[in-house]
Amino acid sequence: MNLLDIVLALPLIGFLIMLVLPKGSASTLKNFALGFSVIVFGVSLGLAGAALQRPAAMTWVTDVAWISTPAIRYHVGLDGVSLWLVLLSTFLTPISILLSFSYIKDRVKEFYAFLLLLEFGLIGVFISLDFFLFYVFWEVCLVPMYFLIGIWGHDRRIYAAVKFFIYTMVGSVLMLAAILYLYGKAGTFDYPALLTMMQSGKLTLTHVEETLLFLAFFLAFAIKVPLFPLHTWLPDAHVEAPTAGSVMLAAVMLKMGTYGILRFCLPMFPVAVKENAGWIITLALIGIVYGALVALVQPNMKKLVAYSSVSHLGFVVLGLFCGNQWGLDGAVYQMLNHGISTGALFMLVGFLYERQHSLEIKDYGGVATPAPWLSTVFLVTTLASIGMPALNNFVGEFLVLQGATQANVWWAVIAATGVILSACYMLWMYQRTFYGETPESVAHHVHDMTAREWLCITPLLALMLWMGIYTQTFLPSIGASNKVILDRTQTTSAPLRVAAPVVPAAEAANHGN
Amino acid sequence: MATNFFPSSADMLKFLPETVLTLAGTLLLLVEGFKKERDSRTGVAVFTLLAIVAAMGASVVAYQNPGLAFSKMVISDGFAAFFRVVAYVVGIFTVLCSMNYLEREKAHTGEFYILLLFSLAGQGIMASANELMMVFIGLEVSSIASYILAGYLRDDKRSNESSLKYFLLGSFATAFLLYGVAWIYGMTGSTNLGEIRTALSSGAPSSIMVPAAAALILVGFAFKISAAPFQAWAPDVYQGAPAPVAGFLSAGPKAAAFAIFLRVFLTAFDPLAAKFAPVLWMMALATMIVGNFAALWQNNIKRMLGYSSIAHAGYVLVAVTTHSTMGTAAAMFYLAAYALMNYGAFAIVTHVAGDGEKHVTVDDLKGLSQRQPAVAALLTIFMLSLIGVPLTAGFFGKFYIFKAAIEGKFVWLTALGLLNSAVAAYYYLRVLVVMYMHEPETTEHPEEIPGGVKLTMWVTAAATLVLGMFPGIVLDLANQFALLGK
Repeated sequence: MNLLDIVLALPLIGFLIMLVLPKGSASTLKNFALGFSVIVFGVSLGLAGAALQRPAAMTWVTDVAWISTPAIRYHVGLDGVSLWLVLLSTFLTPISILLSFSYIKDRVKEFYAFLLLLEFGLIGVFISLDFFLFYVFWEVCLVPMYFLIGIWGHDRRIYAAVKFFIYTMVGSVLMLAAILYLYGKAGTFDYPALLTMMQSGKLTLTHVEETLLFLAFFLAFAIKVPLFPLHTWLPDAHVEAPTAGSVMLAAVMLKMGTYGILRFCLPMFPVAVKENAGWIITLALIGIVYGALVALVQPNMKKLVAYSSVSHLGFVVLGLFCGNQWGLDGAVYQMLNHGISTGALFMLVGFLYERQHSLEIKDYGGVATPAPWLSTVFLVTTLASIGMPALNNFVGEFLVLQGATQANVWWAVIAATGVILSACYMLWMYQRTFYGETPESVAHHVHDMTAREWLCITPLLALMLWMGIYTQTFLPSIGASNKVILDRTQTTSAPLRVAAPVVPAAEAANHGN
Repeated sequence: MATNFFPSSADMLKFLPETVLTLAGTLLLLVEGFKKERDSRTGVAVFTLLAIVAAMGASVVAYQNPGLAFSKMVISDGFAAFFRVVAYVVGIFTVLCSMNYLEREKAHTGEFYILLLFSLAGQGIMASANELMMVFIGLEVSSIASYILAGYLRDDKRSNESSLKYFLLGSFATAFLLYGVAWIYGMTGSTNLGEIRTALSSGAPSSIMVPAAAALILVGFAFKISAAPFQAWAPDVYQGAPAPVAGFLSAGPKAAAFAIFLRVFLTAFDPLAAKFAPVLWMMALATMIVGNFAALWQNNIKRMLGYSSIAHAGYVLVAVTTHSTMGTAAAMFYLAAYALMNYGAFAIVTHVAGDGEKHVTVDDLKGLSQRQPAVAALLTIFMLSLIGVPLTAGFFGKFYIFKAAIEGKFVWLTALGLLNSAVAAYYYLRVLVVMYMHEPETTEHPEEIPGGVKLTMWVTAAATLVLGMFPGIVLDLANQFALLGK
């Protein structure tokens, strides 16, 4: 049992303790959840040392048998990419907990218990190296989020929660079918073992098999990302979820999809990836522009941020399918950035909601007068989100665009319009909310940041700057891990590479136009 | 033919569980004659429990004496023992949940337990039959007792309707079965499963009548397992039957019917496997679709669970379709898991329904999480397990079935079946929605949960979770016992 197992087990232990704690005292429950999740974060930081030293390989590996027939293993490990995603999860959980102190008044115990269970599932998804285990964690994440939306959400919460559950379920059952099919062929669920078998030629897939398996996996991931046109659950889920739920959903859960593509789809199905990259990138580009345009006309702040997520995640998918190091690095960086800046945006919108009890932009205006600090912080976050240099998103978007240019310059051109549009919708919202006349109700209700709110947002602001200025902390390890994935993609598909590169690129460009 | 008509004592051991149950039932029948209507039946219930536990022990004894008995009419093997134990466990839950229930519904008489014992004996015969006549006898013993159990609340219109429908349609189906048996006998000259197989595989009677006869028998089984298009009785019967009985019917007799279905089609009709694969394929798919889609519109929770049990029969049929040892093991695991989770759900329905089963709509569960958090939490476990969420028994059940299907190259059936389980999520989630996301409508103080129901729901929930984490406990047995006709 190593540190990674402990990091994984802790949230589950916390969840179980929460269940048996007495219901009565809300403050004990809150403080316990907060304290516990801070400890989890502290412990998880200990993972960084070893993982950063050898980011290209898996560190902190545990590989033991769980079930004998069929052979299911508890196989977990961490590389340079999953390290950051695990840290993102453990980092945002305490913040989400702290953030809910005043917002959640009913069924306090269950709320924090579900947040800890969610953390358990998320960490599990990012470290699983056995397909079966991965699937288990993938589904485990579903249940707490379903309850978080359904119990503590807004008016249409039930519709949103059920839609969220069913959408994800449809995708994941097909993934399960694909996992079972792979098991049928290879006799193992172990991911590294499968990869080795594929490389050594022990396991070969026919063209049709590879395409169908790729599509089954990809569909599950694409729903989660969400990729246009599978995104319709996202605005509903976000708008209806309580603030902490939105933060966790946007910041970490969406990354399950992109992580799945990066970790599993790209290395396992290189040929299918190459062949299908064209239409996938087309969809990603549509998502970038469409998400931005829809965000532009949203009267509801949360919905606006939700559609902006569709647009941002389009960048990530674009980067993933560019097929070069720039694109992959940018995609992963953008996954983290989106977690930080969109998480912060949802949090700030939540702060406004707690004051004014409305998410409609028209109910605000001139917030800067009664709450100057809140508007400053909001502005910094807005700028980060639209890709202002020296803040985090700039780096990721730049890398993705660089990668796209290398692959096909038109992709970059179209994607770049998304960056411009993001400035339009974010700044326009900012202007309507924070500047102008201050209505009576706003002046009356909206006060400036409280100490607790500062405590929530400051770490995120610090990270926006850090990730925008000193990328050296993050990029080398991400790059090293991505290189392994990229090499595999290219070596395994060597015979096809001679003919392949031009065709899909040209096709995609036509689609894109 | 056996030269000695009188069975040897070794034969008796192989038939011990049924003997125990029948004797216990008969004894109770005598005792019941001397009881007054107002007398307490607690003693009877406890005796019934002991008898079932003894029968479980007897199943182990029978398992340790493997082989054929009574002129090859009965077979004692691991497969039989497995299904006997599943049925008996369900029987124990039924007794535990019924004691208080019958008291509450003012129908607490000893016959209930006697019928239950006979029904279990019938299921034991089904699990261990090696002969088509024994199949018929087992089915009838089990079914006739079940018909009466379904209508046990004789002053209740719903219960009467349930019983009558079950009886009429059930008899009709058994007639099909019997007709099929007669044809098979006519063509192969035997009703013994092994001999039929030998006759069929030697290819002697090659006429179209053989598959036709097998199809008649299939119709009989399909009715008992509520497979489409013979599923129409299930929702009506489950809705009208007393809740503990509905749970019993959905788990015990169904498992036994699958047992005999598997045994007959994997041994006697093994040579016809290729002919039946497409039929079973269609039947599995249709059953899943009919069950799941009809369940979407149900408001009565018992009726919903009735449709859900059709859908689950469809999943098990996927395993049957594979016609493989692995599929058989998967079906065995699934039926055991299903018995646990579904009985757990019915135990909770028994409690929540209240006096006269007034509160049986989904809306009656509104705000249950606030009124009775533990009950709501347990029902959540059962619902998640029925959906097939990981870390519950239901997940591994589906997992093994679809794994077997994939390995048997039934890729499309797998994909469609799994999509079906996503559809099913919707109606199970509705239960969670009303329990957790609606405010309670009544301010009535919840009734005390009777001990038997409480025990049942905690035990089934714990078992559902344990099997969800360590499925090997049951699966290893299933794998070991699934070698039918090999």
